[in-house]
Amino acid sequence: MTMRLDLKPRPQTSPDDPLGLRPRRVHEAEGLGRRAFALFQATRHPGPLVWILPAHSPARPLPAGLPDGVSERLLLLTPQSETDLLWAVEECLRAAPVGFVIAEPEKPLSLTAGRRLQLAAEAGRTPGLLLIRQDAGSNATETRWACKAVAGHQDSTLHQWSRIKNKTGTLGTWTVNWHGASAAFDMVSTAAERHQPADPPG
Amino acid sequence: MALADARAICPDLSTRPADLAAEATALASLRRWVGRYAPMVARDGADGLMADISGVPHLFGGEQDLREDLQARLERAGLAATSAIAGTRGAAHALARHGGGVVGEGRLAEGIGHLPVTALRIDQKTAEALARLGLSRVADLIQMPRAPLARRFGPGLVLRLEQALGAQAEPVAAEADPPHFGVRMTLPEPIGKQEDVMAGLARLLERLCAKLALHHMGARRLRLDLRRVDRAMAQVEIGLARPMRDAARIAALFAKGVDEVDAGFGIDALRLSAPVVEHLAPEQIGGGHAVQSDDALADLISRLGNRIGFDRALRLLPAESLIPERSFLLVPAAYAPPAAARQPAPPKRMPPRPIALFPPEPITAASGHPPARFQWRRMSFTTLRASGPERIAAEWWFDDPMWRTGLRDYWRLETREGPRLWLFHTPQSPDWYAQGEFA
Repeated sequence: MTMRLDLKPRPQTSPDDPLGLRPRRVHEAEGLGRRAFALFQATRHPGPLVWILPAHSPARPLPAGLPDGVSERLLLLTPQSETDLLWAVEECLRAAPVGFVIAEPEKPLSLTAGRRLQLAAEAGRTPGLLLIRQDAGSNATETRWACKAVAGHQDSTLHQWSRIKNKTGTLGTWTVNWHGASAAFDMVSTAAERHQPADPPG
Repeated sequence: MALADARAICPDLSTRPADLAAEATALASLRRWVGRYAPMVARDGADGLMADISGVPHLFGGEQDLREDLQARLERAGLAATSAIAGTRGAAHALARHGGGVVGEGRLAEGIGHLPVTALRIDQKTAEALARLGLSRVADLIQMPRAPLARRFGPGLVLRLEQALGAQAEPVAAEADPPHFGVRMTLPEPIGKQEDVMAGLARLLERLCAKLALHHMGARRLRLDLRRVDRAMAQVEIGLARPMRDAARIAALFAKGVDEVDAGFGIDALRLSAPVVEHLAPEQIGGGHAVQSDDALADLISRLGNRIGFDRALRLLPAESLIPERSFLLVPAAYAPPAAARQPAPPKRMPPRPIALFPPEPITAASGHPPARFQWRRMSFTTLRASGPERIAAEWWFDDPMWRTGLRDYWRLETREGPRLWLFHTPQSPDWYAQGEFA
């Protein structure tokens, strides 16, 4: 008899959660607000967190600005070449204890590379998020998100996150008020035109 | 002689402070070398070595020849040393510090009789008291009855005297050599296949790990030397994210390096050594969920570090500085303390900080203070709200070229276009820069 020990921490997402990422898959995020989206997702995935960015990338995460509890479990990898970066992503996705992988590849991924990452994510049961440049997505991705920060009224930090590609579900746009300190967020209902008349009162 | 007196006599005397640590190291290596004369060699004070040569001299043709051989070799190495051979430790110690020589069997009393009493390893006070009584030579002491001597000068003097004369045993206590973590294997036939090398490595690892376990140590770096038939050497070196002595997990890390080795006409000797080891207490095997997860993470860091470099797998540790660039340390994950041992991050009491920090990028076309419109990265922005300023002054005790522009007034700007940026103004040389992006 063999017993399989599950090393994987469980994410706090439910299937009907619109902003949840499907587990065991690799996703993509583009747009200026992609780092914020990645951090938002990081707060929802417990366990060790890996952030892979090229060595020559000037931006570095600032621990004082990260959401609570993220900087303690963050492992930052800065490989020198694109090949090493993709290798590191695959290796981290395949590793059992890692809870979430964020990577910033420089070039568009080939279909082969994208498929490889999906297989690694499946084998390691780790979700991954690639922060890509505009229109540099791979066809192998599970979902793609366009993320941007939106100006809001007083005391709000609005983000507009839209799912612009989804292999197994619907697309959609959500405006979210997330202040960037914890996993808590408010969904902002968008003002939309009604397609049918309102129910008469009474 | 005091240094001041020496300088008075010889004004251009050049002096250097004694480097005690280096001297001790040199003596330790000399001790290993002296091992060629005797199995048991111990350090004798800060400046001497004591070897137990019982049963050895005939191999060198007698005591006299042994001593001459030793002196000749030391002289060739440029070391001025005095050596003595005697029947007891005390006598050899005394004689070596007073001219050296060989004292024959049974002639101890005559051999050291002419030496001053200070040669007997006694303290200064006892030596002075003996001198006051006119007992200046060891020979004077030998004829004295022991009981009055012990009553007057304490048991220490008598003990030393008896030890020098052999009435009291005093063995040479050689210190244990530090364990050497290296194993080797020579093969009757050269091998060339990767599986064969890995199989050989597995056997070596088993022996090395057993040795590490015996000494409660874990390897931090491992080096595999492969000697080819044509005497060329190939080397594979791996690092480990934390001390480890698990043969199977270590072997997996060698696979890539061994794959890259050019075997040439074949490999006929393997040598595995652990140049860097750290203390690793025995652990409960199996362990709970957390232990397994930690192990798996350490393995991952080892694998990553061996390919992309251990200085590129980093952890963020908080640092005590208000300068944004220095408010955190990037520490190699392999050398960072585990998360449980680290202090929790201090509660954030300062104004909000951006999630990403980049080197200051100049803002162009800024109008107003804070700027109502500006351009950054060739994008135009209109300010919706600005909060600040938060003034941060440079740390004057560091000369940071980035901070030569002086004080910085940081502003958090929310733009109509969306991005929330961290800008700063340098009042001492008026200019605007962007340094970070908020969530």
